[in-house]
Amino acid sequence: MSTDLLTIESTVAYRAPTSRPVKAEEVEHDEAGSTTTLGFWIYLMSDCLLFAALFATYSVLAQETAGGPTGRALFSLPYVLTETICLLLSSFTYGMAMLALNNGQRNGVLGWLAVTFLLGLCFIGMEISEFHRMVVEGAGPDRSAFLSSFFTLVGTHGLHVSSGLIWMAVMMVQVAMRGLSVTNSTRLMCLSLFWHFLDIIWIGVFTVVYLMGAT
Amino acid sequence: MLGRLTLSAIPFDQPIIMGAFGFMGLVAISVMGVLTYSRKWKWLWTEWLTSVDHKKIGVMYIMLAIVMLLRGFSDAIMMRTQLALASGDAPGFLPPEHYDQIFTAHGVIMIFFMAMPFMIGLTNIVVPLQIGARDVAFPFLNSLSFWLTVAGFGLVNLSLGIGEFARTGWLAYPPLSELQYSPGVGVDYYIWSLQISGVGTTLAGVNFIATILRNRAPGMTLMRMPIFTWAALCTNIMIVAAFPVLTVTLALLTLDRYLGMHFFTNDLGGNPMMYVNLIWSWGHPEVYILVLPAFGIFSEIIATFSSKRLFGYAPMVFATMAIAVMGFVTWLHHFFTMGAGANVNAFFGITTMIISIPTGVKVFNWLFTMYRGRVRFPSPVLWTIGFMVTFVIGGMTGVLMAVPPADFILHNSLFLIAHFHNVIIGGVLFGYLAGLTYWFPKAFGFTLNETLGKCSFWCWLVGFYLAFMPLYILGLMGMTRRLNHYDNPDWHPFLVVAAIGAAVILCGILFFVAQIVVSIVQREKARDLTGDPWGGRTLEWSVSSPPPFYNFATIPVVHGRDAFWEMKMKGLKQPIMALKRIHMPRNTGTGPIVGAFSLMMGFALVWHIWWMALLGLLGIVFSTIVHSFNENRAYDVPAEDIARIERFASPLLAH
Repeated sequence: MSTDLLTIESTVAYRAPTSRPVKAEEVEHDEAGSTTTLGFWIYLMSDCLLFAALFATYSVLAQETAGGPTGRALFSLPYVLTETICLLLSSFTYGMAMLALNNGQRNGVLGWLAVTFLLGLCFIGMEISEFHRMVVEGAGPDRSAFLSSFFTLVGTHGLHVSSGLIWMAVMMVQVAMRGLSVTNSTRLMCLSLFWHFLDIIWIGVFTVVYLMGAT
Repeated sequence: MLGRLTLSAIPFDQPIIMGAFGFMGLVAISVMGVLTYSRKWKWLWTEWLTSVDHKKIGVMYIMLAIVMLLRGFSDAIMMRTQLALASGDAPGFLPPEHYDQIFTAHGVIMIFFMAMPFMIGLTNIVVPLQIGARDVAFPFLNSLSFWLTVAGFGLVNLSLGIGEFARTGWLAYPPLSELQYSPGVGVDYYIWSLQISGVGTTLAGVNFIATILRNRAPGMTLMRMPIFTWAALCTNIMIVAAFPVLTVTLALLTLDRYLGMHFFTNDLGGNPMMYVNLIWSWGHPEVYILVLPAFGIFSEIIATFSSKRLFGYAPMVFATMAIAVMGFVTWLHHFFTMGAGANVNAFFGITTMIISIPTGVKVFNWLFTMYRGRVRFPSPVLWTIGFMVTFVIGGMTGVLMAVPPADFILHNSLFLIAHFHNVIIGGVLFGYLAGLTYWFPKAFGFTLNETLGKCSFWCWLVGFYLAFMPLYILGLMGMTRRLNHYDNPDWHPFLVVAAIGAAVILCGILFFVAQIVVSIVQREKARDLTGDPWGGRTLEWSVSSPPPFYNFATIPVVHGRDAFWEMKMKGLKQPIMALKRIHMPRNTGTGPIVGAFSLMMGFALVWHIWWMALLGLLGIVFSTIVHSFNENRAYDVPAEDIARIERFASPLLAH
């Protein structure tokens, strides 16, 4: 098979100039940014369906405790409420970061992102500690179908929050390095959508798993 | 250190498997040898593997699909041969545990690694050109999607020689697929190959929705989009809505197998029937994900070769949308016998019958497009007509099985096998092969050999009827699916005919391969210098074949449906002088690198090599982060360069 056949532009050989890089800033104008945001929205919808399937699974299996502990015996509502407040507050502080972004205050963005990061870290820490306590008490995910679906639903949310934290850390470095560039603004917008989305999912988890399970 | 992986994982005692694996290895080594000898590695890496050009990614997807078509078909012909032999006292040549892997691999390969990449490949090549765009919305994401698919492809092929593949059937129902009954690595290969390539497919879906919604040329309103683009839009919406459910279902099975959870186990509250519901609420939409683009391809072909605009454009769009929505509310018809109760079965029986109405609308639209048209009969049209006849038969047997009482008799019989091959071969495969013949000159700049193409078509068509009509009869005679041996002598003659049919299909495949080879050798005779070899109607035919890497020197302005036909009728020329610099994305190695790490992670997880799995995961995360720091992602093509390229290509264009 000859080369020209596999080179799609067989009529034209063209090599990208390496000498003249174009900064993303120059061209990634509003339109490109809003396409990215749209794409991210569509991704979030697929993520939403992922959680929908997990919620459905949890609802089917919630009563299948197989003689093991029930939600009522395991859940401590004040503890989970504290967790919830951490996450809701972090959504608020992320909102403050976005306001700072709109005002062009780089340090404001960095500061509020740091606060958001810490609150998110608190949430994850509390979740891990709750999981740890349950496993030690003999209520691990292999105990019953109810606990399998509990750990999977809550844990998937936790994994999402953790990826959000990694992303946030990377964003802080990028904002510190390159300021509030167009690329960074778009990314901060997407992370914002992601973060608020996780908040909404958590409200579903709090209601369906903890409030309905503890009563 | 190496988890469960030992030398005994390689089945040295199985001559068929070792032969196949050895052959695959030999092909791989000789390809690498040729690349090294002709010093083409750098070229391959810079021009192809790292490319973010939608046309090249599309071509690579289709190459993957064709390789897997050959592998999936060799599974098929082995099964047909086995059943032609294994009657009464004769055991045939395939032991049950190998036969079970073969029918599982056949289904998985044909759906996930043949049909899906073929469909995404055609979408990649055609959609941006049809909507007058320079690339997809997210070119890097496109490359990443492709390489994740390749990682899944790698795992499936490794399973042939290292370990085993699942013996569970293509949807791996628990409790059979649970650790208790499938302790080997087969199901784990199944899970990870589908999981990794499934993520790639979801990302491709996101990408194409954004592309179609945001990158259309000025003037191309939604109701002016070519029908194939409409089909692609609906398909990708379905992908984004359905694939997350597959991801969850496979993840839950993974948790059962790896962490001892109880989603689908028989004990401690698990519910295997939930798996069946979950997997089919992805699986039924998947059927339409495959066939809607094929419908789109037939619509383009039939309008072009009838030299007429498509009859009933708006009903076609609404029918496509209706199928996309209805496709989500019919899944339960795959397991009427599970015992959901009469009312539930009745509901899903009725929705299944209703969904055949928009499909019927489409068939009439194609027929009326041909009516009083000047129909030409090159091979894409033959595929289309072959499809219309075959698909209607398959559709009718489907409606028959939508009646729950009838389904109780036909469920899991060869009647079902005949039905879904009837719609998948007659609909999906005929469609993709028609699309391949139709758009091949656009991608490569020369047309395919017609004589060999027609031979291929006739062998496929005749072979299909010979292979699958006997299966309808066998189903009614009571033969169930997935048997590797039987002692009813009445079945034997039908199975012999079916095996002959498979041999005729083999001829069709050989003619297809010969067609590609002969066309490449004789390409100078079949060069498409006009960019419009068929008298096309949509924008992809307005640029040279193959198109320049930026597709359109000037983004066309669209004034109606069939935009290019209108330009030709009005004698409009593309302005080539008023050119501005074009902004293009730069190639990146991140896609193949993330794909390689994913393959590594998947392989390590299959064999419980935890350190390697962690390494793969960290590799994925870090290469993504490193990529996010790269700001040198795009470059400008200066206007003078575009003018030079266009002067070379444009004088040859027909318009």
